[in-house]
Amino acid sequence: MKKKTTALAAPFGIWMAIFTIVPIAMVLWFAFTDANGQFTLANVQEIFAFDPSKGETLWEDSFVSTILYSLWLGFLTTVISLIIAYPLAFSISRATERVQLTMVMLVMLPMWMNFLLRTQAIKSLLSESGLLNQFIGLFGFGPLEILNTDAAIVIGLVYDFLPYMILPLYSVMVKIGKSEIEAAQDLGANTFSVFRRVVLPLSVPGILNGITMVFVPSVSTFVISTLLGGSKRMMIGDVIESMFVGEAPNMGVGSALSLVLMVLIFLCMACTRLVDKSDDYEKGGLTL
Amino acid sequence: MKDIITLKDIAVSFDGETILDGLDLSIHDGEFVTLLGPSGCGKTTTLRIIGGFITPDRGDVFFGDQRVNKVPPHKRRVNTIFQRYALFPHLNVYENVAFGMRVQKKSKAEIAETVEKMLALVNLKGFEKRAVSTLSGGQQQRVAIARALANNPRVLLLDEPLAALDLKLRKDMQVELKNIQKSLGITFVYVTHDQEEALSMSDTVVVMDGGRIQQIGTPTDIYNEPQNAFVADFIGESNILDGIMREDYLVEFFGKTFRCVDCGFGKDEPVDVVVRPEDIDIVEPEKGDLIGRVTNITFKGVHYEIIVDVKGFKWMIQTTDFHAVDSVIGIMIDPQEIQVMKKSEYSGMYGDYSSFSEEFDELADPEAENGAAQ
Repeated sequence: MKKKTTALAAPFGIWMAIFTIVPIAMVLWFAFTDANGQFTLANVQEIFAFDPSKGETLWEDSFVSTILYSLWLGFLTTVISLIIAYPLAFSISRATERVQLTMVMLVMLPMWMNFLLRTQAIKSLLSESGLLNQFIGLFGFGPLEILNTDAAIVIGLVYDFLPYMILPLYSVMVKIGKSEIEAAQDLGANTFSVFRRVVLPLSVPGILNGITMVFVPSVSTFVISTLLGGSKRMMIGDVIESMFVGEAPNMGVGSALSLVLMVLIFLCMACTRLVDKSDDYEKGGLTL
Repeated sequence: MKDIITLKDIAVSFDGETILDGLDLSIHDGEFVTLLGPSGCGKTTTLRIIGGFITPDRGDVFFGDQRVNKVPPHKRRVNTIFQRYALFPHLNVYENVAFGMRVQKKSKAEIAETVEKMLALVNLKGFEKRAVSTLSGGQQQRVAIARALANNPRVLLLDEPLAALDLKLRKDMQVELKNIQKSLGITFVYVTHDQEEALSMSDTVVVMDGGRIQQIGTPTDIYNEPQNAFVADFIGESNILDGIMREDYLVEFFGKTFRCVDCGFGKDEPVDVVVRPEDIDIVEPEKGDLIGRVTNITFKGVHYEIIVDVKGFKWMIQTTDFHAVDSVIGIMIDPQEIQVMKKSEYSGMYGDYSSFSEEFDELADPEAENGAAQ
């Protein structure tokens, strides 16, 4: 019996090996070897602009600020997405089944379009002669110079990743029964109390999944930042990309950067999971 | 006795469909009141109006002398046991029971004391740390009861609380609920479609159908003196016949005049007559008031249930003696076993037992009905 089930898992094992384990192994290989295939820490040291001969770090030449900048934008994107998505997901989950279906469809619809296309659309909306500025111009304001700022990047990221926050939230909220909310009211809880003591704790798994699904891709995103933020500052994703396909490629440093980013994201996620102590009830939603 | 809850001329409709239509009801302090009726009769809606989850389109709800139509659920001193218990899945047994007191910001010591008392009351000592998802249906039910009672309500509303439990457990819980009600002395408003449950637990039974109250009375009143054909048919088995009230204490059916104990009807007024199957005596054919032929006999354990054809009308009679199919028997009915009722909209809707069969019996079984409702 056991042999049989193991055999059934074989295709998945092969898939994992080819698309997960081998790439990670390659990243590790490139990050810790030089051009001759010898072990080296030079790539990692370069990220921090650490000069082993002097034993000091040149912060202004390092990638640390780029990494922090990316984490910051990812954090902003996640928080804003959560603030928008939470009430939206809750109201969808309380609607009639028909309305729910339509709303979920509308949320998912943009995901079927290429994200470059969506980003281009946002770009033209935000541009100096774009719809947004035309609109506020009607009231005598503007034009606002949003394009080529951090704000534009965050707007683009929120727009691109909002569905990944709404859907996991919705999928846990839809399981919160009307009768549990009524039971709380019945026991003396006012609207705020019902939210704090019932709805919020029951939606924690959805919040955590949503955070993961928005934070990870927005920190490591590329192209969006160049399209909307101009070329003033790069996000870490852009740097990594340039290390592989740019004018002066350096696969070693690129791999080391990917590795550092991976570790940082992993640490961030571990912090979020600490919040989730409530393992004693059935969790819903999408798990990463 | 003081009225703790009064409903006056309540009307409710959803999407143009009338759910309640001019309902008047007074509930006394400390009483066990049961709202009994088939599904869709408006009993749960009535309960939800008292709980504050539905605002009636018309009419007034009073708690004591205070009109509470607009008071939201969390400000009412009533608590509800919901049909599916509605326990909080993210909280353990202790925190579920403590919920109401936490909302009211009671002290830790007081909460601990009350939770312990309530869990002892429902026989769940030692379950404090358990997750509610690990409990059986009966245990979840007990947590729901403890949670509601921990709020020290004046009135407890129970919405078919035992419907999801199996028969044996349901019987035990009936006794337990009744004991809890007696020992705490609080008012219970209990909704069920199970007539036996209603008769065995209640001080007062409110029989409802079609958004209206059909009869209010003690269980014995409801059973022995139904006021119309619906009540007679819904509660227990009944032979419902067309009759004519010739004069006070004299009713005619099947062309024969019977002495009865009812009066106050008009002369020659058409009436519905109810005779319970267990109240009919079987005698020698020549001694009987009516003569019939046995068409069916079923062994029920304590008694036999026989179907007797009298001039085309099929009676149901419960007897401890065996009577073979096709044997001819005489029927005798004591005057006090004849219940005469005014004609109502339900007259003629419930015929004799000619369509009766074991199959129909099963369909009418509350257990089967439950399964269908889920």
